[in-house]
Amino acid sequence: MGGEIPRPIFYFSKLKSKPLAEYKKPTSEQEYLENFAQKKPLMNPTEAYYESSRCLFCYDAPCMNACPTGIDIPLFIKQINTGNVEGAAKTIFDSNWLGNACGKVCPTGVLCEGACVYNHQDVPPLQIGRLQNFATEEVIRKGSKLYEPGPANGRKVAIIGAGPAGIACACELRIMGYQVDIFEAKEKPSGLTVYGVAPYKITNEEVLDEMEYLQNMMGYDVHYNSPITTKKQLKSLERKYDAIFLGVGLGPTAALSLTGEKKDGVVGAVEFIEELRMEKHKVEVPKNVVVIGGGNTAMDAASESARMGAENVYLCYRRSKEDMGAYGFEYDLAVKSGVKGVFNVQPLAIMSRGKITGVKFIRTESKGGKLHYIEGSEYVIPCDMVIKATGQAKMGPFLSKIDGLELDNKNRIKVNLENYQTTHPQYFAGGDAVNGGAEVVNGAYEGKMAAKGIENWLNNR
Amino acid sequence: MPDLSINFAGIKSPNPFWLASAPPTNSGYQVMKAFDAGWGGAVWKTLGIPVINVSSRYGAINYRDTRIAGFNNIELITDRPLADNLKEIEEVKKYFPDHAVIASLMVETREQWIQIIKDVENAGADGIELNFGCPHGMCERGMGSAVGQEPSVLKTIVEWVMDAANIPVITKLTPNISDITDPGLAAVQGGTDAISLINTIKSIVGIDLDSYAPYPVVDGKGTNGGYCGPAVKPIAMHMLRELAQHQKIKDTPISGIGGIENWRDVVEFILLGASSVQVCTAAMHYGFGIVREMETGLIKFMNDKGYDTIYDFVGKALPNVTEWKHLNLKHKVVAEINADKCIGCQLCYIACDDGAHQAIRITEGTRVPEIIDENCVGCNLCSLVCPVEECITMDKRDDGKQHVTWAERTDAGTIPTTFNDDLAGGKGHFVPSVKDALKHRKS
Ligand SMILES: Cc1cc2nc3c(=O)[nH]c(=O)nc-3n(C[C@H](O)[C@H](O)[C@H](O)COP(=O)(O)OP(=O)(O)OC[C@H]3O[C@@H](n4cnc5c(N)ncnc54)[C@H](O)[C@@H]3O)c2cc1C
Ligand SMILES: Cc1cc2nc3c(=O)[nH]c(=O)nc-3n(C[C@H](O)[C@H](O)[C@H](O)COP(=O)(O)O)c2cc1C
Ligand code: SF4
Ligand code: SF4
Ligand code: SF4
Repeated sequence: MGGEIPRPIFYFSKLKSKPLAEYKKPTSEQEYLENFAQKKPLMNPTEAYYESSRCLFCYDAPCMNACPTGIDIPLFIKQINTGNVEGAAKTIFDSNWLGNACGKVCPTGVLCEGACVYNHQDVPPLQIGRLQNFATEEVIRKGSKLYEPGPANGRKVAIIGAGPAGIACACELRIMGYQVDIFEAKEKPSGLTVYGVAPYKITNEEVLDEMEYLQNMMGYDVHYNSPITTKKQLKSLERKYDAIFLGVGLGPTAALSLTGEKKDGVVGAVEFIEELRMEKHKVEVPKNVVVIGGGNTAMDAASESARMGAENVYLCYRRSKEDMGAYGFEYDLAVKSGVKGVFNVQPLAIMSRGKITGVKFIRTESKGGKLHYIEGSEYVIPCDMVIKATGQAKMGPFLSKIDGLELDNKNRIKVNLENYQTTHPQYFAGGDAVNGGAEVVNGAYEGKMAAKGIENWLNNR
Repeated sequence: MPDLSINFAGIKSPNPFWLASAPPTNSGYQVMKAFDAGWGGAVWKTLGIPVINVSSRYGAINYRDTRIAGFNNIELITDRPLADNLKEIEEVKKYFPDHAVIASLMVETREQWIQIIKDVENAGADGIELNFGCPHGMCERGMGSAVGQEPSVLKTIVEWVMDAANIPVITKLTPNISDITDPGLAAVQGGTDAISLINTIKSIVGIDLDSYAPYPVVDGKGTNGGYCGPAVKPIAMHMLRELAQHQKIKDTPISGIGGIENWRDVVEFILLGASSVQVCTAAMHYGFGIVREMETGLIKFMNDKGYDTIYDFVGKALPNVTEWKHLNLKHKVVAEINADKCIGCQLCYIACDDGAHQAIRITEGTRVPEIIDENCVGCNLCSLVCPVEECITMDKRDDGKQHVTWAERTDAGTIPTTFNDDLAGGKGHFVPSVKDALKHRKS
């Protein structure tokens, strides 16, 4: 008796995207929103009722174990089913301060929904992400005050970066009575949630409504357009605050060192997506686009180019399809949007005649795990724009201004995973800057844990 | 093709599927439509001196995504004039001479009974059903369940009716009584041709959390209603069995009612002694079309079992419904989990640990629970909570050679008789130490 359960078969809710390559260039915000129709639209009450009825209320529930923040999923689903939607939202926020954003942007198919026991009998798993949004959206819309900041404890914490990690840390600290000041380089909160995540996963309004809801309820201060860049600024924070949390995420797209890389028409994926999220239909995407990379960001950038009306989008990766770092479902989504995958090609140079005309590639093959160029196989894919999705630079130069702050060999901030304290004891850190680039949910978890770490450290100092 | 027709105490019907006296039989239009859809008979909405109804009238128990697992009403008998009903009965009988139209009646005085029986006979009704069941409103006026709960009154009225009637008479019983055989026997002694049961069960189906009034709320107030639908089926089947096994009642045909919705329900009622079945809630929920599912299912069942008529299996389960003291104490089953089917929900584990006998174990590193054979008492709980079809089965472990019942042990003087008797069935059976409970605490 006993034995291992077979690997879950991942199931994904029917994508509401249009069939292959049918996207016209959007000329208005309305058309833009249609091209980026929400993958996980809000459930109506009837849908939520029937869907929540299916939950088995598993013991030691695998869905819950698969959630990086450990949300009590069976509990909140049952609360929805019994009409206690506010209680459900509280269950969610109790574990995850970005409960609404996570419901929409988490790769649920490889997290909670992928772990749902129903997968083992080929029954569609519970649509946990959408149920989660059903609950959190209601309290955000109504502005229900589910929490109150704790009585002031006289301590102050500075947070650098208003991304998921920083915001989660701030909320948790406010519960414990800390005064919290967040310093954010940009003009909006939530970091890559609003500036980076694909628009068909979540709208700007949805992201910012949750941010506003949290700030109104928890009462932390955010100083926008206030990058911390100098050693002097850091020293001043160290004097004024009991602790500092680093939620700085990752940097801009890393350079490729290709000839022609600096030309107009060559953009970094993160920068392209940020412009898209802010300018929407006003962003000009030409007819032919080459995206270089094989991670989730490359998939997003390629999908997004297609949805912006590009006719030919080539997703070029130097290894094989199977070697890509991206989730399979993200690649499938890109292909469905009309993207063509080109594998085993290494970019050599960006060709231009005044403006760029194409990318020269050489074909590759893997031999014994090593990548080889196939001699004489060079060829050019013509294009008007190149998107580099080859990873984000780390924040090394900025972080080196903090005395005694150690980074690991991948330039990630070293922390003690018990309390997210860095090697400079006054500094704590979490999110992409620590994990090297994961998901919003990881940032939310690590920010929260760091807040607890700060409390413990200050109490025991 | 088996023959589904019945002759129920002299009432002929092309099949055993009848509509119970209720809103679906409120008018000739509905009864005709039902016959056209395949129903063999209809018990007309109870006739008498027409009432005035309130609005709203119904409430329901919804179990998770299941609507109307139980149904509750505070409606009374017909609110339409008798003449209109009689005219429609006549018309229906013209179109469907071979279908059964049974007039349900409820009046007060002997004169009224005599008059209304004559009227429905003249209209062409095939039979009469006496409504001694309505548990709300009518009983406050000394009719309905007020009669059904008083065996001697019931017997007297049945006698009046038998005296006046020339067509078969069915007495419909209320379940709102502690022993159903009391009114059952009274009906038989009064001379009834047949019995039907159950009518609805007195109930409060829910309370509105804003107005603090029971459902259905009528301008801030409510009253008890009559409960029916799938939730009442087990109660109805038990009462049916009690009548069908009773020495003095068992030869009287019984029409089974209560929570019937599909062919399985129909077969179960027949196996417990019913030779016609009546349906109300299911027709109110899904319309008359559900009879097609009942009919095809019943035919398939009869084909599979080789039955030619309904009477081949009426009451066939009755010999196996016995008293607890005659059950074999040596029979032993143990739960078995099919690991290939298990989806790892661990509901069986927590159900057994918290609600049964701590006979399921979870080993680190796997989600498939394991039965601890020695601890399993074979209670079934795990197999009932398991969401996967046939994943937990109850495996027979005794060799089938031994047979000892409580009755036999009582005769042999080997039953426990003192509080700490060595013969206690659970003596020495594994229970964890009290303190083990705290091992489950989450830090
Ligand atoms: C293209 C793309 C798509 C993604 N899609 C998804 C997805 O679908 N689902 C998902 O869960 N995750 C997705 N992610 C990952 C997710 O967005 C990140 O893991 C998450 O935002 C990390 O949170 P963070 O708080 O660590 O950092 P960030 O979100 O990067 O936030 C850091 C914040 O700090 C600010 N900052 C940085 N340096 C300074 C400074 N010196 N002074 C002041 N402020 C500073 C930045 O302006 C920024 O607002 C995606 C990422 C990318 C790049
Ligand atoms: C709204 C409603 C009205 C009813 N009215 C009558 C009635 O007038 N006469 C009667 O004998 N039974 C009446 N009943 C009881 C039904 O005939 C039947 O006995 C009961 O509903 C159980 O069957 P079911 O579970 O199929 O609904 C009524 C039931 C309902 C729901
Ligand atoms: S695994 Fe699926 S069925 Fe079980 S509790 Fe989680 S969501 Fe519900
Ligand atoms: S049959 Fe009862 S005692 Fe045996 S394992 Fe199942 S729940 Fe436990
Ligand atoms: S209830 Fe059934 S599916 Fe769930 S763990 Fe037990 S055996 Fe497996």
